[in-house]
Amino acid sequence: MESNTLLSIILFLPILGSVLLLFINKKNENLIRYFGLAISVIVFILSLIIYSNYNNNSGEFQFLFKVSWISNLNISFFIGIDGMSMLLILLTAFITPLTLISSWSSIQKNVKEFTFFFLMLETGIIGVFISLDLFLFYIFWELMLIPMYFIIGIWGGERRIYASVKFFIYTMVGGLLMLVAIIWLAIYASDSLGYFSTNIIELYKIGPTIPQSIQLYMFLAFALSFAIKVPLFPLHTWLPDAHTEAPTAGSVILAAVLLKMGTYGLIRFNLPLFPQASIYFAPFISVLAVIGIIYGALVAMVQKDMKKLVAYSSVAHLGFVVLGIFAMNQESLQGAIIQMVNHGLSTGALFLLVGIIYERTHTREISEYGGLAKVVPFYAFALMFASLSSIGLPGLNGFVGEFLILLGSFQSSVLNSWVYTVFAASGVIFAAIYLLWMYQRVVFGKVTNPKMENLNDINKREMFVLLPVFILIIWIGIYPSTFLKVSEKTTNKVIEQVFHYQNITIK
Amino acid sequence: MNEFFNLIPFIIISVGILLSILIEMYSKNSKKIIAWFSILIFLTAAFHSLYYVDKAQLYFNNMLQVGGNTNIFIFIFNFSAALIVLMSIDYAEKYGNNIGEFYIILQISVLGMMLMAGAKDLFVIFLGLEIMSVSFYALAGLNRNKLKANEAAIKYFLLGAFATGFIVYGIALIFGSTNSTSIEHIANNFSVLSHNFLFIAGILLFLIGFSFKMAAFPFHMWVPDVYEGSSTTVAGFFSTAGKSAAFSAVIVTLGAVFMHGNINVFEPYLSVLAVASMLYGSIVAIAQNNIKRMLAYSSIAHAGYLLIGLASGNYEGIAGIIFYLTAYTFMNLGAFGVVALIEGKDETNLTFDSYSGLAKRQPILAAMLAICMFSLAGIPPFAGFFGKYYIFIAAIKADLTWLAIIGVLSSVISVYFYLKVIVIMYFDESEKEITFVKGNYGLLSVVISVLLVILIGIMPGSLIDVITSFLK
Repeated sequence: MESNTLLSIILFLPILGSVLLLFINKKNENLIRYFGLAISVIVFILSLIIYSNYNNNSGEFQFLFKVSWISNLNISFFIGIDGMSMLLILLTAFITPLTLISSWSSIQKNVKEFTFFFLMLETGIIGVFISLDLFLFYIFWELMLIPMYFIIGIWGGERRIYASVKFFIYTMVGGLLMLVAIIWLAIYASDSLGYFSTNIIELYKIGPTIPQSIQLYMFLAFALSFAIKVPLFPLHTWLPDAHTEAPTAGSVILAAVLLKMGTYGLIRFNLPLFPQASIYFAPFISVLAVIGIIYGALVAMVQKDMKKLVAYSSVAHLGFVVLGIFAMNQESLQGAIIQMVNHGLSTGALFLLVGIIYERTHTREISEYGGLAKVVPFYAFALMFASLSSIGLPGLNGFVGEFLILLGSFQSSVLNSWVYTVFAASGVIFAAIYLLWMYQRVVFGKVTNPKMENLNDINKREMFVLLPVFILIIWIGIYPSTFLKVSEKTTNKVIEQVFHYQNITIK
Repeated sequence: MNEFFNLIPFIIISVGILLSILIEMYSKNSKKIIAWFSILIFLTAAFHSLYYVDKAQLYFNNMLQVGGNTNIFIFIFNFSAALIVLMSIDYAEKYGNNIGEFYIILQISVLGMMLMAGAKDLFVIFLGLEIMSVSFYALAGLNRNKLKANEAAIKYFLLGAFATGFIVYGIALIFGSTNSTSIEHIANNFSVLSHNFLFIAGILLFLIGFSFKMAAFPFHMWVPDVYEGSSTTVAGFFSTAGKSAAFSAVIVTLGAVFMHGNINVFEPYLSVLAVASMLYGSIVAIAQNNIKRMLAYSSIAHAGYLLIGLASGNYEGIAGIIFYLTAYTFMNLGAFGVVALIEGKDETNLTFDSYSGLAKRQPILAAMLAICMFSLAGIPPFAGFFGKYYIFIAAIKADLTWLAIIGVLSSVISVYFYLKVIVIMYFDESEKEITFVKGNYGLLSVVISVLLVILIGIMPGSLIDVITSFLK
């Protein structure tokens, strides 16, 4: 089968599955679970087939597929992938079945609805990563809100309503301003093209010709939407709430994939569409990114709740990614993309591990724990592994991304200052402090809480979920070029696009 | 004979009204028969007008146009009336106004709307408007035993009559300055006439009168009370077909003016009205505790979005309004349909807490209402989103980007109260037991509306093609 068709299949298979799911009897929970798993595993296998056909030596969009959708506005169902989307699709398709398995014991009520929303979410996410039409992109961008809103709201913790509504409204604010910018861009394009266009490949040539004064606003409208999603300091406040209240599976998918939609958007749209504005704003956004790195780490340090700690660590990690994006050179951008995958794996694993222990003890307070190493040794090892990966220990994945980003930002001609790198690097040290300190309080010492004495260690199902993640963590740590070479040509192309227009200012 | 072929919807409804009166007089089982008979004539008229949508023709000395966008409106009026009748079959029993007259008055009001949408002359607009409005006053207070319904009817009548006064005065001024009531004539000579103060004052009065009917701020005072006081299905009809009819009349006049390449001199008035309606509607809706009042304020906010299209004054604006009205009709009908199904005897179960935990008790109804709420909030892939998209395109094309930005911000505000309904249905643990009367016909009409909301949302292209083909 052609890979172009495969791309449409992995997009629509999950939502088709979720519709079929409606016809299964609610009581037949096991069938529902296996059905959801089967669909997501098929999607993963198909994404591997797409990967095997993907040509690493080209930076162009591949597997293009275009059908006219709303002819009057020249909107088409236009999909295709480049190296960055390839990696993110693989990540999405890889994480989804694992999170579904991880939720088998923790989600006991409304299994059918849960699987329904989860599959719908997968379609939304994949759609965001493969759309090459701004209108189509926007549809998926908002579509993904609905299932995530329900996942947090129905299966979440105590303050789930607050968290879910906050999540929804934050994303909407950014999204709708972006919508105005999208329409403005399409109308602007119609002046030079002669027709209304939301086709990204056409807009790549038109975006940079927007007069500087307007381009700045356009950049901000897009960047606001993505910065909220990333989340960039100071727009991050929805994230700790959403993460803490969401069920484990929700947190994992939120951290592993949903946040990447923001950084993906920055690379896909902001840099190439508004290159002059990107260069203009790069120092400002990098400052915010560095503040995010340090702020996230400091706040994580004082958290009493394990899940909140991991949530704030996300703010810090994503700060690295944004810094990498706006340093705008080959190393930093490559680092940003690989760090997107890394963060998905290591933070995903951390959330899974917090979820595993929470299921047994029903508490996430760090002070309630202590001495887990004696009670649940395998768990203690897994937590160590995930923490080290998140800290960025050489040999594990986190190191590769952070190193490339720091290297790139140091040499960056756009930022043109080593201050960013120095402050960002201190974030790595902070990460070691808060994670290892948390680890020490949870795992070492004596068992102080009598509730913890008879815990069960990780079972086979949980091991089955964690093992693939750990394998990938080591793989990226030892041999990152498998992944780096996928996105290499793509990042080349983005950098070329930005610097091609650097000195062309249109008044 | 062929010449009158397009007029068949008008003939069907007119003859249907007369036949229904006869049925009501002579049949013992009249309520049931008239209900199904109305559905039959509404659907025939709806699909006839849809089928002959591309055959535009003028009738009666160029006073009435049938075909083109008129037919899209005729379809909206008739189809929504059919859905309303379907809802009312169950609901009327519960509410206590299950009388044949209800359906007859409904038919008469639809005839009035059709005249408004097809008018090519200000007098025809006025004729249609009065036929519709008088029927509406009667529909609002149809159950004379209910105090609230009486209050609603009186309020509606007084304010409606006041608005009509504006419209008549406006028409008089227009006639005084142009010596004609023909819309074609006005549109052709607009650039000359626009320097005439009396003429502009006339059109403004005309617009103010219609702002009442559209439920735009600050002419919205009747809306929440009338929606709350009248029966739910009737309120649903007011907010969908009634609003569409008001907009159709304004499109008929202003649309003709815009299409002749005239400058939109009413832009300041229309944009101020749009901003005020959107913000007022969205903000006040947050504070509501009764779902019908919430929907009333949401209807004010939606009038604001539609006014953006008018303020833009370009062909995208007109097309956007027609599209938006189609989408809005179905999503609002779905919402009112669910409210009508949940409502108990004597106007109970209308507050938000009656909906708590609805997702567990009535999963299908909850899902339907949730889709309508998402669509009203303008979230893709539902129809409401695309309506907004098109309206915003019109605004930005007309260099009214600021209006689009305010529109966007007010949709964010409105998301809050639409989500509140979903929060209560899905996330609220406390379950209030309410007695639920099953209504299969009501459910059917809700399902039809929701399917259309999804269909129009995913495939907006064909509808847009039809609408724009008559505007270019």
